[in-house]
Formats: sequence, structure tokens, C-alpha cells
Amino acid sequence: MKKTFLYEDHLSHDAKMIDFSGWSMPINYGSQIDEHHQVRNDVGIFDVSHMSIFKISGQNAESYLRYIFSNDVKKISSKNKALYGLLLNENAGIIDDLIVYCLEGDFMIVSNCATKEKNEAWYQKHASEFDVSVEYIDNRGILAVQGPNSIKVIEKIFGVEASSLNTNECVKVDGVMIAKTGYTGEEGFEVICENKYLRKIWNSTIETGAKPIGLAARDTLRLEAGFCLYGSDMDESVNPHACGLSWTVDLHDEDREFIGKQAFLNINEKNEQKMIGILLKDKGILRPGYEIAHKDGKGTVLSGTFSPTLKKSIGLARVDQTVEQSGLVKIRNKELEIEFVSPRFLKKI
Amino acid sequence: MSEIPGDLKFLSSHEWARLEDDGTVTVGISDHAQDLLGDIVFIELPEVGKEVEAEGDAAIVESVKAASDVYTPISGEIIEVNSALEEQPETVNGSPYDDGWFFKVKPINVDEMSDLLSPEEYSEVCED
Repeated sequence: MKKTFLYEDHLSHDAKMIDFSGWSMPINYGSQIDEHHQVRNDVGIFDVSHMSIFKISGQNAESYLRYIFSNDVKKISSKNKALYGLLLNENAGIIDDLIVYCLEGDFMIVSNCATKEKNEAWYQKHASEFDVSVEYIDNRGILAVQGPNSIKVIEKIFGVEASSLNTNECVKVDGVMIAKTGYTGEEGFEVICENKYLRKIWNSTIETGAKPIGLAARDTLRLEAGFCLYGSDMDESVNPHACGLSWTVDLHDEDREFIGKQAFLNINEKNEQKMIGILLKDKGILRPGYEIAHKDGKGTVLSGTFSPTLKKSIGLARVDQTVEQSGLVKIRNKELEIEFVSPRFLKKI
Repeated sequence: MSEIPGDLKFLSSHEWARLEDDGTVTVGISDHAQDLLGDIVFIELPEVGKEVEAEGDAAIVESVKAASDVYTPISGEIIEVNSALEEQPETVNGSPYDDGWFFKVKPINVDEMSDLLSPEEYSEVCED
């Protein structure tokens, strides 16, 4: 099994390790609920070095990314910024979701670990058309410092004015990239650097008050924020409309050609299922695969969990179009009432 | 992991049973089970009066991570449930062998207790 550079550090913090798509990763360091509250109320640090980093280089890197990515990279080129979007196939099915960073003119992609091989093949397939080189970077790691007190921690460790960074902006400090991005719905930063710097940053973050947070809390945090998880909430069989992600498909520049554009334009959104947030009114826990019924049709729970903040069960679901604001979910042999809400369960940032 | 009380008997599916002085049997899940599940957030208990059969499902425990059936180690009638768990399911994480008990059974045949695993045998199951 693959290990991140900080594997031993997780063990020394009593992490429970699991196999996460071939990587040995910390699922929790004790109570995942305590870790969840730590991020919502204070600050936590995640080792997310299992995520894939690709470097795109060559004169046509921008044109290449504008062609393979749903969002328009032109918005960030020559700025120090991050841009979220999708990798679409010709049918507008979602190959992966990812972030493109542009820092001091260099482009970098951060995407999921389970999709690494598939993405790499896709990148290489189209790289020759643009004469760019795409390189998987394995000597760097990613740490996420998330929570209302993350600014203090970043400022203390790096001596930068972290409060002046806006969402999606990034900056380079002594070879370390600090980006105002995250997957928790909290104010926070993601730090990408060579492995040799990771331990020092990890330790000083913890000395400054952050606590290590595992992947289990990462999942409840992202679900409360309404962020999709690739493989659970989306895959190649669905298009951006059915995931509430059509905002990541940038159509402003009519001249921009990109993979999946024509198929996306041909979709009639009204005929597609839609992504909603669901709240269970009764006690119980929503789980992926549970069936939903409402007046105008049906649906399926994609992600479901217990929300430590709301103290009830929440989920993301894909349902037939409706204006109804409630429905029924089948949990084992019972039909329980659910409320249809915005997926942004917590609107903090 | 905390030490297993010596008066308990186990199913390999991680439920414990304790024969009380009044002849009833108290049932819960093991410390190992709560540790595997992680933070427990929902418990569905059986109805009092229900007849249950040894190794049949009797309750449901859900952690943030997953839902699991809880099997009864002994056949009989459910005579009492720990309804405090409905409001505070996390009690099972903190006290699996005491305050975190699930239900009590009035056994049909108390000899079924001898079919269950001893604490030592159960510990071996957990190590495998």
C-alpha cells in the first residue's frame, strides 16, 4: 500500500489507518465527531498528500487546459489563482473534478487519487495535440489547514498576511504554495510543497493549535458544505446539470472549444434529474443507495451521513425534476419523511 | 482496548451476553465492535415483548460510517430495552459493557449460554 510522507507522524498521533484507493490514510485519530467540531470551531490539519498533482508545462499549456477543462483557465492565467472545474468526456460525462492552480505562470492540476491512472491517460492522449508535457509529481505533498483560526496559524508559520488572501487566491512563500482553497466549507488554506518541508509544517501547525483531522471528518465537513465527492455523487454516467455543477462549465467565450461542449449544449436541463440536499426529519441515518419518492417521481441518495453540526442526518440526492419540497426515503422497511433543501447545509463562506 | 469483564459470553459477530442473578440475560456490543464502528449516532432497539432467536437480528446500530445489525446471542423474549440510548447513542462508545447495554432477554433455554464464546475465545476472534 502507498504511504504519504507523513505516515509515521499519523501513527504517532494514534491514527486509525485505512486503505483509501491503495493509500494507507488516517480515517480518524480518535473521535471523528470531535475532529469535525475542531475544524468548525477552531482549526485542524489534514494530510491529503494522496491527491494527485500534475504539472502542465509548455508554451501552449493555457490553450491545452482551456480545451480539456470545463471551466475557462483564461480567468486565472497570469494571476496567482485556483479554479475549480470538471474534466468532461465527449458526452459531457464527468471524468473527474479538479482544481487548476496557476502560480507565477506555472499550471498545476490537483485531482482525486482514485482517478489518477484514468486522468493521466486522458491528459497524455490530448497533450500531443498541443505539444505540452504533463508530469505526475510524486515528490510533493498537500496539507489542508482549515477552520476559523486557520488564518492565525498560517500567518504565524509563514509570516504572510494570510487574511489578505481572497478565496481561490494563492501565493508562494520560500518554495511553498499557500492557496485559499479547501473542502470543508470553512475558511482555510491548502499548502503544497516538496515532501522535505512537510514534517516541519505539520509539526509547527500542531504546535500552533491545529489538531490532526482524518478522512472521516473530511467527509462530514464536505457534505455539510454541499461539496460533491467524485465516485459517490458523480461519475462518467452523469453530466454537470445532474450534479449542480453546470456553473463550472464556462460558456462566456463562444469561440472556446472544449471537450464535451457540444454534448453539454445539447442537454435540455428540464429533462435531467437534479441534485438536491436532503434532511431527514426523523431519527435515523441516510445512506447511499436509499430510494426516494416524491409527488413527481423518484430519486436516489448519493451521499448520506450524520451531520455533527446540525445533529441530524443529511445527504445529497439525485431526483426527478419537481418543485416539491419534501418526499419520502425508504430506510430498511420504513418510509421516512425528508425535506428537500439547498445542498449548502452550512452557508459559512 | 479495555479489559473484557470475565462474566461475559460472546458471539463472533461482537455481541456480548451476561446472565444476571434473576435469570435474565443482558445483551450489548463489545468494546472492539464500538471501536470498529467509530462514533455511534443512532440505535434502533427492539420492541419489548418481541420474541427473538439466537443469532437472529434484534437491533440496529449506526455510526457516522455505517449501519450494522445487532444479533441476539440467546433466544427468548425481549423484556427491557435501554431506551436512554435513543437519546444518547454515544454511551455505547464510552461504556460498551455497562451503561451501553442494548436489551434484556428472558431466555427460553439458558443452556444456550454455553454455546457462546468465552472472553479468551472472543479475544482470539478479534485478533484474526
